[in-house]
Amino acid sequence: MRRYVARRVAALAATLLFVSLLVFLVIRILPGDPAALIMGIEGSREATERLRESMGLNRPLAVQYVDWLVHALRGDLGRSIQYDVPVGELILTRLPVTLPLALLAAAFMVAVAIPLGLYAATHHRRGGDYLAMIVSQLGISIPQFWSGLLLILFFSVTLGWVRSGGFDGWSAGVWAALRALLLPAVALGFFQAAVLVRATRSAVLDVLREDYVRTARAKGLRERVVVVKHTFRNALIPIVTVAGVQLGQLMAGAIVLESVFALPGLGRLALGAISARDLPVVQGVTLFVASSIVVINFAVDVAYGFLDPRIRYE
Amino acid sequence: MARRRPFRHVTFTLGAGLTLALVATAALSLVYTPVDPLAMSITSRLQGPSGGHPFGTDQFGRDVLSRVMTGAVTSIAVGLIAVGIGAAVGMLLGLSSGYAGGWLDEILMRLVDAVQGFPAILSALLFTAVFSPGMLVSMTAIGIAFVPAFARLTRGSVLELREREFVVAARALGGGAGRLVLRHILPNSLPPLIVQATTSFPVAILAEAALAYLGLGTQPPYPSWGLMLKEAQNFLSLNPWFAVFPGGAIALTVLGLNFLGDGLRDLLDPKTA
Repeated sequence: MRRYVARRVAALAATLLFVSLLVFLVIRILPGDPAALIMGIEGSREATERLRESMGLNRPLAVQYVDWLVHALRGDLGRSIQYDVPVGELILTRLPVTLPLALLAAAFMVAVAIPLGLYAATHHRRGGDYLAMIVSQLGISIPQFWSGLLLILFFSVTLGWVRSGGFDGWSAGVWAALRALLLPAVALGFFQAAVLVRATRSAVLDVLREDYVRTARAKGLRERVVVVKHTFRNALIPIVTVAGVQLGQLMAGAIVLESVFALPGLGRLALGAISARDLPVVQGVTLFVASSIVVINFAVDVAYGFLDPRIRYE
Repeated sequence: MARRRPFRHVTFTLGAGLTLALVATAALSLVYTPVDPLAMSITSRLQGPSGGHPFGTDQFGRDVLSRVMTGAVTSIAVGLIAVGIGAAVGMLLGLSSGYAGGWLDEILMRLVDAVQGFPAILSALLFTAVFSPGMLVSMTAIGIAFVPAFARLTRGSVLELREREFVVAARALGGGAGRLVLRHILPNSLPPLIVQATTSFPVAILAEAALAYLGLGTQPPYPSWGLMLKEAQNFLSLNPWFAVFPGGAIALTVLGLNFLGDGLRDLLDPKTA
């Protein structure tokens, strides 16, 4: 197990290096000149030149990359041009919106998808199964931001139960904050739950066809034990794979839902930075989110090793 | 056998029908829309559905039905090109990685892992910071997000096929690497890739809508379903219908394509049928 984890950690380091390189290259090479981009058309040539010098853009690219990477590893992602505060600090102030939103959506996703998927699989080709499949088929067809809009339309415009968006921060009380995050989390989680229901159902169906399940039934075990202990545990690998990929997608989806519900999270930070030509913030947020997704995928890989001993020894 | 009579397959037939309707709508909108989708009318802003405007009008008095029809073209174009980019780059990576093996394989796969950290929205954010937003940005960003899946799938089948007898025989007969990969390995790894492309298409359409909604993709006044929803959100209490029809168009399209993909998978892979 230790060797397996060590190998995965080495792969993680290499992957993160590529992530940083990709973010750096897009910002530095493709457009040509970040200084000109920041100054815009109203900047004079001298001012642009001075900014370029102060940003260190006249040095060789490789030197700039290593310099940037070393700073990033120390948690220094540069300063925001728009707010004049460290980018790292900005990210930390916005994270308490995006992360709870993604986690709440993940909780909703698992709480809905796993029981529904299990139910559908154990009632294969019966009414409940078809109903679950129709609901999940609809779920994966509805864009998250549209279900968000529909939720606003129904709960705040028609019924007037909740505000159509906004977030007063956790200092305004945990209950108020959760209330503000509830609708976006449902909209975000519903789509992903629909995906996970299908994955759970087919994984459980696959295992239910195994000989050892027949054996377990033949020796008179109760159906509950057969399903939970013999089937579900063995179906976990494909389920965890899908759920792991989805955690990353939830981070990305949170960015969209923040816009629908006007939540001051990472996505709104990055979108605002784009219109303000605040490159360090865009760079910092993308690096942060992409690295988080890669780390989540790594955690899923390591989880396999624990769930299925065969994978460790490959 | 379902294999010989695909139209007996309910999901496939339903999917094919919906997809055909989508393509027909898009094609029709190129030559005919009830009203010019860009024509504004100050007197008829934000109307609900009526005889003259079955889907109502938007904040500029433009006909929503005509705009939804034209939006289908945007969705199809962006979707097709994005899947094309993802498939081409992913297959190239997967073929090289799987066939070469060794350190090249290791490096390419870490690159693929890294790309997996960039969902379409993230790449689009990054690109829009340096380029102006538009359809090109969304196509590329969505395409990049598909690369890992195509690369892994291709690599997997190359690894499996490389050791198969007919490939070993072709190599023994003096076939070069290019010939082996293009003539023997690639054609045999196509079926799962075709299924992957079909299932990626609806995902691309969802992503295009989301990017346009965020203002990172298709730009006004060009009609895109995501963009229309972004505009509709400001007028939810005045004309809720405006938010219903473009979203419904997305959902119906994606539903049809998902059915088509599911059906195709069942038909191409007898094991899951």
